[in-house]
Amino acid sequence: MSSPMTIDDLRRMLIACAGETRPAALAGDFADRDFEELGYDSLALMETAARIQDAYGVRIPDERVADLRTPRAVLDAVNGAPAASRTTRPGRT
Amino acid sequence: MSAYVTGLGVVAPNGPGAEPFWAATLAGRSGVATLARFDVSRYPVRLAGQLPDFDAAAHLPGRLLPQTDVSTRMALVAADQALTDAAIDPGLFTDYDMGVVTSNAAGGFAFTHREFKKLWSQGPRAVSVYESFAWFYAVNTGQISIRHTMRGPGSALVAEQAGGLDAVGHARRTIGRGTPLVVTGGVDSALDPWGWVAQISSGRLSASADPRRAYLPFDARACGYVPGEGGAILVLEDAATARVRGARVYGEIAGYAATFDPAPGSGRPPGLRRAAELALADAGAAPGDVDAVFADGSGVPEEDRAEAEAIRGLFGPGGVAVTVPKALTGRLYSGGGPLDLVAALLAVRDGMIPASGGTAEVPAEYGIDLVRGAPRAASVRTALVLARGRWGFNSAVVVRQVPQ
Repeated sequence: MSSPMTIDDLRRMLIACAGETRPAALAGDFADRDFEELGYDSLALMETAARIQDAYGVRIPDERVADLRTPRAVLDAVNGAPAASRTTRPGRT
Repeated sequence: MSAYVTGLGVVAPNGPGAEPFWAATLAGRSGVATLARFDVSRYPVRLAGQLPDFDAAAHLPGRLLPQTDVSTRMALVAADQALTDAAIDPGLFTDYDMGVVTSNAAGGFAFTHREFKKLWSQGPRAVSVYESFAWFYAVNTGQISIRHTMRGPGSALVAEQAGGLDAVGHARRTIGRGTPLVVTGGVDSALDPWGWVAQISSGRLSASADPRRAYLPFDARACGYVPGEGGAILVLEDAATARVRGARVYGEIAGYAATFDPAPGSGRPPGLRRAAELALADAGAAPGDVDAVFADGSGVPEEDRAEAEAIRGLFGPGGVAVTVPKALTGRLYSGGGPLDLVAALLAVRDGMIPASGGTAEVPAEYGIDLVRGAPRAASVRTALVLARGRWGFNSAVVVRQVPQ
């Protein structure tokens, strides 16, 4: 686990995991927009959460994914996670 | 109740769209070639009917790409075509007045193959959440329904290579129960290495490496079939609804039936002829009313013989024009029957019965009048489409001209 996750990292990850909802949907300041409004459903976020665990070693349980309504909430969950909750081996549970 | 076909969508190895497919079919242009998705040089079967230039990203929103197998992408593109062809603009029908009934035989093979690789190489958490639905038989119905907000009855039928006709038959029944518009048909693709060996395991595929000789339905040299990918999606509408909105009508789905073969060794005949008889009865038509039969044409000699016997028995020796245009596409599993329906409807429109690919010598004892070499100009008011699926499925649909 290295540098904190940025909004650009999350943008790239969302598009890689779940595709672009429409061109430029994730342009500008989208950090506080609701995922539903951005066009991402719970499955899209579960898929993204799995890739976040691979890359940052932070596990977001499926039942918590639904509570993260905005990109900022995801960033806070990843960057604010106490070190103890990080898995020791990214990519494995 | 009458169900009219008002829109055609085609993704076929020899034509991306109903009109290109029909032009290729009349011209005898084949879509069969050496499978190009991976190196097949060491496989016992090497030819397939492939969509050469299918670019899903050019047709579908990016959001759909990570969650769909190639077969579902093809189904979505065919559905878009059919709805555009039928001029179904958003808002023309309310959401609960539109249903979706599709057939699928293979599921999302290439997608699942990729996710299985992740499973055994990286562990369960590496597997895409979209695997949960991208693999399964109902996914084309679901994705078409979601994309076009069609909240009416939705179903999926699986009957190997006969299922596409079953879907259209059930779509007609759905219209009879009060849903004015149903999107229906079938699309399959399983040309990744795992899908390929699964297909080879049937033992019915042609080992020929010559695209002109590999799949010769009803020919004395028949040696199995070439598999393909793609299919067709149709817009089916209640006749009164179609008339009121002034829709262009390709024809009527006038009759449908399905039967199942008796157990091997029972001594009872296969069920194909009975399916044809029941579909004609359902259409209120007699064998003498039929101008063309779009046969299943498996290319497996004993199955060709059995089908020829059924057709000869029902229509008399040489009693009706028979054709197998799928000789030019390969067999498309759930897509085969619906694509034959498209060909039958366009034969009705243009008064042309297409030829049967490279088939040249039909054994005399088959006693069928197979259209060979070149298309035949003929008035086609009623056509019978037949399809069989491995393990005993038989389905038949009657299409009929609708006076404009």
